[in-house]
Amino acid sequence: MKEIVISPITRIEGHAKVTIFLNDDSSVRDARFEVVDFRGFEKFSEGRPFYEMPSITARACGICPVSHLVASAQACDDIVGVTVPRTVELLRRLMHMGQLIQSHALNFFHLSAPDFLLGMDYDPERRNVFGLIEKMPDVARQGIRLRKFGQEIIENVAGKKIHSSEWVVPGGAKWPLTKERADYLLSNLPEAQDTALKTIKLFKDWLASCTEEMETYGDFPSYYLGLVTPNGGLEQYRGKIRVVDSDGKIVADMIDPYQYSEYIGEAVEPWSYMKFPYYKPLGYPDGMYRVGPLARLNVCSHCGTPLADEELKEFKKLGKNGVVQSSFHYHYARLIEALFCIETAKDILEDPDVLSERVCTRTRPIKSEGIGVAEAPRGTLIHHYKVDPQGIVKSVNMIIATEHNNLAFNKAVTQVAKKYVEAEKLQEGMLNRVESVVRSFDPCLSCATHMVGQMPLELRLVDSHGKLIDRQIR
Amino acid sequence: MSIGTTTLKIDGIEVTVPEGTTILNAAKANGINIPTLCYLEGLTPWGGCRICMVEIHGTPKLFPACATPVNTGMEVITQSEKLREYRKMVVQLLLSERTHVCSVCVANNACELQKLADELGVDHVMFERNWTSQEIDSTHKSLVIDRNRCILCTRCIRVCDEIEGVHILDLKNRGKDSQIIIDLDQKWGDSDYCTSCGKCAKVCPVGAIYVESEALSETKDKHIAEFILSRRNR
Repeated sequence: MKEIVISPITRIEGHAKVTIFLNDDSSVRDARFEVVDFRGFEKFSEGRPFYEMPSITARACGICPVSHLVASAQACDDIVGVTVPRTVELLRRLMHMGQLIQSHALNFFHLSAPDFLLGMDYDPERRNVFGLIEKMPDVARQGIRLRKFGQEIIENVAGKKIHSSEWVVPGGAKWPLTKERADYLLSNLPEAQDTALKTIKLFKDWLASCTEEMETYGDFPSYYLGLVTPNGGLEQYRGKIRVVDSDGKIVADMIDPYQYSEYIGEAVEPWSYMKFPYYKPLGYPDGMYRVGPLARLNVCSHCGTPLADEELKEFKKLGKNGVVQSSFHYHYARLIEALFCIETAKDILEDPDVLSERVCTRTRPIKSEGIGVAEAPRGTLIHHYKVDPQGIVKSVNMIIATEHNNLAFNKAVTQVAKKYVEAEKLQEGMLNRVESVVRSFDPCLSCATHMVGQMPLELRLVDSHGKLIDRQIR
Repeated sequence: MSIGTTTLKIDGIEVTVPEGTTILNAAKANGINIPTLCYLEGLTPWGGCRICMVEIHGTPKLFPACATPVNTGMEVITQSEKLREYRKMVVQLLLSERTHVCSVCVANNACELQKLADELGVDHVMFERNWTSQEIDSTHKSLVIDRNRCILCTRCIRVCDEIEGVHILDLKNRGKDSQIIIDLDQKWGDSDYCTSCGKCAKVCPVGAIYVESEALSETKDKHIAEFILSRRNR
């Protein structure tokens, strides 16, 4: 048996490698997405006061600290037994919209677009955001500005673009939103909306030319899991969990976050630091499900904003019964979501309640447990804390968006490797396709292993006796 | 020279101050800044942190400016490469002794140790960190003590004793094992004598004692002792 290892994988957040196992005839037998980072947030949070959890857990990630903040804030609200005022809900939701906009813009323009706007086989040295700036400066500029808009929402609501943990407090928020800041954001909103619409058009035009990628990029049946509003709409901030199967049938609905452990199990494999969550009723490893933008659009019946709803209708046509299977369409789903978030941000900013100044109260822990669930850009994020009567954290369980997709990653890389990798004449472009399917999920491994670093990629080719015969590092 | 005053040189500048003045106050009165950490205006000097060490011409020893009285003819040096290195080392030792993680600390951006590290250019710690994991006492209704962040400056003990007049706080053990204790080493919530005045939180230079759910920038009041004394002596 031979083995190809792609390590580290580039243009993703975190460290990972892909190992491709070959049969004696050099055909691809299997592939594994191996996460090589270890962090230990669940362990070192023990013994800390619960109100430090938002700022500690936000440090898991520099891309989506806000998602951790809102999930953690919800868990803390739960511990102090407080229903937060509407203004705080609006502000936290607004901040989270900013998070989704910036992260989706980052993945699309900085990380993924070079593959399809420049080409899968484009010079790897220039197949990045700089190459994009060189070749399509307007697209790159719009993308960078869209991300800036998302970051500015976060900054204007919570004080800082990254790790704005001081603003988030159990049961409330540290300070209200001023009218000047709200007006500033509103004045920049039309440009962001325009960029989102233009990019969706650009992407759809390009889609017509790449059916091969769409068929192989993780196009397989699986369950989908995500939050929905009480009437089944798209939800990213606070909601109930829904699970649908590949035919669009709802298999579990309106699951309260408190019941998550009845539905989601976590398995461990010795070759990866990332856990393998699975849908409990189906067992491991059959209970494979996907989360993230694709899953969210698959589980919801509507978005709830006019422009996004129009796009959603078109999106749903790509699949059977409104369920789109190909992981490649994570990209499309991400753009629709970005549009939805911009529209939602507008609705929130125009809501008179958003400027109320009564946002903070003093709280004490009254419950021994708190659970918070939010939809991070990459999928469903669960924070679960247990505390003693003084509010000191006794145990922590975090299920990170990227982790849910772990089984699906492995399935997707195997599928793409089988289709594209020819061990006899290994070419960079083949391996880039394997990497690219990983990127379509937009994994964030620094979060998922609860770790520090950048995301380079290593690819190893190992023969049937376990001997390394080729290795590529970037 | 008038009676009751002392004339000395600080950083080459001749200054005249009342007899018995400390080097720190003599320097301060003449616009010369000496960094401090455990010192707090209004409380008895402790001389424990060793940040305010100065050189005195004619002796190889360093002296804590906060606790050393001036002498006639003394030539004091408050800034030198040697002192800078010593002060940097003191800050590094403080940072390595226990667990200091600024990013998740209530004192972030309001912390005197952090500010000092910044001013002295301490951008790394050359000693292995201890990463202590002491139990946090949050049994009190509003005050919390996290001994992992304590730098043993004893400001809290002094303010509790000298200003509030209660003396429920004290030290136990020695060296790196020293701990701030409440009453006879009880949980704070069990203390019958704590008046919950919160002065300890106001004077803590780091995030070791704080008021729950308040950012330290709201709690801290470096001038609390000085203020109370001035009102008392009116």
